[in-house]
Amino acid sequence: MVTLVFYLAAAVAVGSALVAVSHRSPVVNVLSLVVTFFCVAVNYALLGASFLAAAQILVYAGAILVLFLFVVMLLNAPELPQAIDPRPIQRWLGAAAAAATALAGILLVVAWRVTPPVAGPGGDAAALGRLLVGPYLFAFELIAVLLLAALVGAYVLVKRKH
Amino acid sequence: MWAELAVTAIKLVVAAVALLSSVVVMVWVERRGAAFIQDRLGPNRVGPLGLLQPVIDAVKLFFKEDVTPATVNRGLYFLAPMISMFVALATFIVIPFGSAKGVELFGVPFGDFIVAGDLEVGILFLLAIGSLGVYGIVLAGWSSNNKYSLLGGLRSSAQLISYELSMTLAVLGVLLATGSLHLGDVVSHQAGALWRWNAVPQVLGFVTFVIAVFAETNRLPFDLAEAETELVAGYHVEYSSMKFAAFFMSEYMNMATAAALIVTLFLGGWTLPGLHLEGWLGLAVSVGVFLAKVAFFLWLFVWVRWSLPRFRYDQLMEIGWKGLLPLATLNIVWVGVAMTLGWL
Repeated sequence: MVTLVFYLAAAVAVGSALVAVSHRSPVVNVLSLVVTFFCVAVNYALLGASFLAAAQILVYAGAILVLFLFVVMLLNAPELPQAIDPRPIQRWLGAAAAAATALAGILLVVAWRVTPPVAGPGGDAAALGRLLVGPYLFAFELIAVLLLAALVGAYVLVKRKH
Repeated sequence: MWAELAVTAIKLVVAAVALLSSVVVMVWVERRGAAFIQDRLGPNRVGPLGLLQPVIDAVKLFFKEDVTPATVNRGLYFLAPMISMFVALATFIVIPFGSAKGVELFGVPFGDFIVAGDLEVGILFLLAIGSLGVYGIVLAGWSSNNKYSLLGGLRSSAQLISYELSMTLAVLGVLLATGSLHLGDVVSHQAGALWRWNAVPQVLGFVTFVIAVFAETNRLPFDLAEAETELVAGYHVEYSSMKFAAFFMSEYMNMATAAALIVTLFLGGWTLPGLHLEGWLGLAVSVGVFLAKVAFFLWLFVWVRWSLPRFRYDQLMEIGWKGLLPLATLNIVWVGVAMTLGWL
């Protein structure tokens, strides 16, 4: 049952990610990204990381992508025409790189039998909190400073116009 | 195994039926309440006191012509009401609504309280799924291909994001005091005395949360997304018949969930100081206490709607960012200080 849900969510995640980069309508792109994030959150929940799953939906699907959608709708971005392909080389390079990464992942697991690290029990909020203010305290505080810098930067950029 | 599945199924059905019947009751309360506040009679012809009016309303909506305008984006136009309904139905299931000490069904004990879906991160689940609700409104506005709808959708997305921030920060104070994301723990932490209810020590958080919830449910004075005087009907201008009813019903279900959440987080949920009953009697009484508290806040929604005028858009943003956000932050600072000093 869990395996079935996992493969279903994984397949939908990959499929909607493909739609997100290939569909011509910007609104559909954003929406399929929402579906991707939702399916990734389902897989987090299956791994027992319920806090991460909820945070993924709350932050990415529920807040950041709403802002994306807001901007797309506000600018009224038109659907892209089909024929024009200004960067054919980059497109092929991107596809090749993606394929190579996928192949490397499969080889790692199948041929060289690298076992991926399995998340231990305790993916809940309390365990995560203890990790953040324990071993990773410095990185945690650093991110806070980085976000503050971004906030100040945004403020300065807005202020300059007036 | 089968008994447990059956009990879970019964809990889910009870929660869904309770939520849907709250819509029926609220339609009547809203219409009669509006009439009462405006000193007129209101619908009083169908059944005693007009109690059957919601039934007539529902039948009317069913038999209305279902128009799909030619220029809409068909896929998203049909998807939008479904998202709204899904979100409204899914958020309610994690709310615990009664004490169940010593209650068994088919040999399966209920645990300490009755809840449809007992999640360890209950409150986060509710906030996460609830945050997806904005897509229903935004997509309805965009896919209708109508400038009024689009304006309504845009306003609503900005509004919901702004107020979600203050709402979540207000919840954070409660979670700090409880030390758990589990809604059952939140309630049992408040049991015992009136001053233990989170609304007393965290009155700032309580006020912030209640105001933010009005904005999150798109109710007046924050119903800028509909604003019929300027936007016709906002995001659902182009919806008719049952697709319109889906938006309408999800608004009322969100109201019920919001009222239940206020009660659970800040007013002790199903508990009442001095009430220690067990078994089926305890279950019935505690559910009654919970419903009474929820009913008060549902009436508050109606009361405010028919008493206050709508805010202007700039006022709405100002209240959200310059009023509620500092208040919610202040509340967190207060809770932190009080907990460090051992007052909470």
